[in-house]
Amino acid sequence: MEKFTTLSATMVAIPTENIDTDQIIPARFLKVTDKAGLGDNLFFDWRYNADGSPKADFVLNTEQGKKAKILVGGDNFGCGSSREHAPWAIMGYGFKAVISTSFADIFRNNSLKLGLLPIVVDKDTHLQLMSLIEEEPDTQVTIDLEAQTLQLPDGRKVSFPIDNFSKTCILNGVDQLGYLQSHAAAVESFEARHPARVNTLAAG
Amino acid sequence: MSSNGHPKTLFEKIWNQHVVVNEPGNPAVIYIDLHLIHEVTSPQAFTGLREKGLKVRRPDKTIATMDHGIPTTPPDIPIEDVMVIRQISQLEKNCAEFGIPLYGLNSPNRGIVHVIGPENGLTQPGMTIVCGDSHTSTHGAFGTLAFGIGTSEVEHVLATQTLLQVKPKTFAVRVDGTLAPGVSAKDIILNLISRIGIGGGTGHVFEYMGSAIRGLSMEERMTICNMSIEGGARAGMVAPDDTTFEYIAGRKHAPKGADWDAAVAEWRQLPTDDGAVFDKEIVINANELEPMITYGTNPGMGMKISDAIPDPATVKDVSERQTLDKALKYMDLQPGQPLLGHKVDVVFLGSCTNSRISDLRLAAGLLKGRKVAGNVRMMVVPGSQQVKQQAEAEGLDQIFKAAGAEWREAGCSMCIAMNGDQLAPGQYAVSTSNRNFEGRQGKGGRTFLASPLTAAATAITGQITDVRTLLG
Repeated sequence: MEKFTTLSATMVAIPTENIDTDQIIPARFLKVTDKAGLGDNLFFDWRYNADGSPKADFVLNTEQGKKAKILVGGDNFGCGSSREHAPWAIMGYGFKAVISTSFADIFRNNSLKLGLLPIVVDKDTHLQLMSLIEEEPDTQVTIDLEAQTLQLPDGRKVSFPIDNFSKTCILNGVDQLGYLQSHAAAVESFEARHPARVNTLAAG
Repeated sequence: MSSNGHPKTLFEKIWNQHVVVNEPGNPAVIYIDLHLIHEVTSPQAFTGLREKGLKVRRPDKTIATMDHGIPTTPPDIPIEDVMVIRQISQLEKNCAEFGIPLYGLNSPNRGIVHVIGPENGLTQPGMTIVCGDSHTSTHGAFGTLAFGIGTSEVEHVLATQTLLQVKPKTFAVRVDGTLAPGVSAKDIILNLISRIGIGGGTGHVFEYMGSAIRGLSMEERMTICNMSIEGGARAGMVAPDDTTFEYIAGRKHAPKGADWDAAVAEWRQLPTDDGAVFDKEIVINANELEPMITYGTNPGMGMKISDAIPDPATVKDVSERQTLDKALKYMDLQPGQPLLGHKVDVVFLGSCTNSRISDLRLAAGLLKGRKVAGNVRMMVVPGSQQVKQQAEAEGLDQIFKAAGAEWREAGCSMCIAMNGDQLAPGQYAVSTSNRNFEGRQGKGGRTFLASPLTAAATAITGQITDVRTLLG
């Protein structure tokens, strides 16, 4: 995982509510056995015409989209399936953070494990970001993960929540697996007292 | 009652029994009793293991199958999609290398991952079960804490048999009363989601309770728990009872003899204690429920089948209005119009929501002696090879075929449309699956989610039909 400390970047918006993972990366692109190339298929069905040509007005096909590092989405972003291909594709395109008023649980979990920052803001801030993107698309905002703030161009700093564990992992670029591995002894003693019956595969 | 402390919910009991480490400020380390894997969300996890030089810690608690991408055409027809072939052979290789049992392409036990766990008796009360698939919530019907995970988490479980989890909140869904004829478990869950919205359960685990839930079979409870994720909850649960125990008894991996008695005694301790407190609660009156159907592009956009399509102009919240407007444009539906009588092109009976033997029996019961309308392609896709065999033993396949429906091999099929079973752009389908997202069943396809009974009734008339008009 790459370290994430601070980021000053421009944003683009896909303001639709309830953006599901089937829109982020349609199921027919899940036949891969690696993570390569998923960014090219990000939002495929919203992004390309039937003949495969890019829709010029879709934000990911614009110069603004290509240089943005922050995606602003509508409420309940990332709902639907558990496919980690969704955050892989978002990161593959070049985004480092997604801002919304809320995220679906599995998408948020997946993103935090990869270092793609899911930032929850209140509705007013969300509206302010939307109009900023529309009126001054070249304006940068600054994310400070250590301070857990999003700084707007007017200087206002908006706090966002993140659990301390994920925050530490992302600040240091450390995979969460290491923490689980560090508890191997505790897992062994847990297994020793956990009823054997629940190993249902072994029975029958 | 719990032996110590405050009254606990079913969820809290299972959670507490599986916490390995819980350091202040960090998520809990939770032990996983059973890990189900399939061909689509596991390859990158195995690559991660190889890169780190790790083994699968408990291959004996891991089981693999293939369901998402495999064709539902007859087995003697070779698979054409090279990417599907690659995923299948990758899973075979990974299972062989890491010692994981696999219900492969030619196994009589192969099927949709959430169908085969229960039918083989692998899913039992009080366990923790995960899978790289959001409909893992299905297994919660047994009083099991079961939820979907991403591929990074699949790797974590393969390597350590544990997961890092922030403790979710609890949400009681009480359904009291009796379902009217023609109304089924699918209508209960579609009703719940239409009320709370698809983000209504975010951060929570549902516990379904009440007399209507008690009266449901295990397969009906699975249908409800399956779609917990469509209400935003990662997991949904039903407390185990005699119905649960009767279902499990005698299955391949069920406890036997004295072990069975000991297991049942423990399972009887699991139900939520009197006085236990939930973070949220909703009450549904089963007596008032009618067959449900969705009209939009997320599962929360559902209504009674006799209702009119809602009008965006009456929605106050701007973004909600835009969402509904966009959905109706995609569906090419007019506000204020009924859905009853709307022509459909395809009826899909299948998916981890509704592809079990009882679903097939219900649909076959209605189709017996009737024909699928000429304008409709009806696909019947059993959830597993065992379901398929059972249905054939009962002659259900003959009923479907005589009616003009397609009787296919087991798999996820048109629920996720990865295997070639898909809608053409613009086509309308009534589907017993779980998601009506844009393009979910094929690019440009339009999905109405409904119960197996509504699906069968619609297949017969060729247009969206209230099944109650066909019940004798």
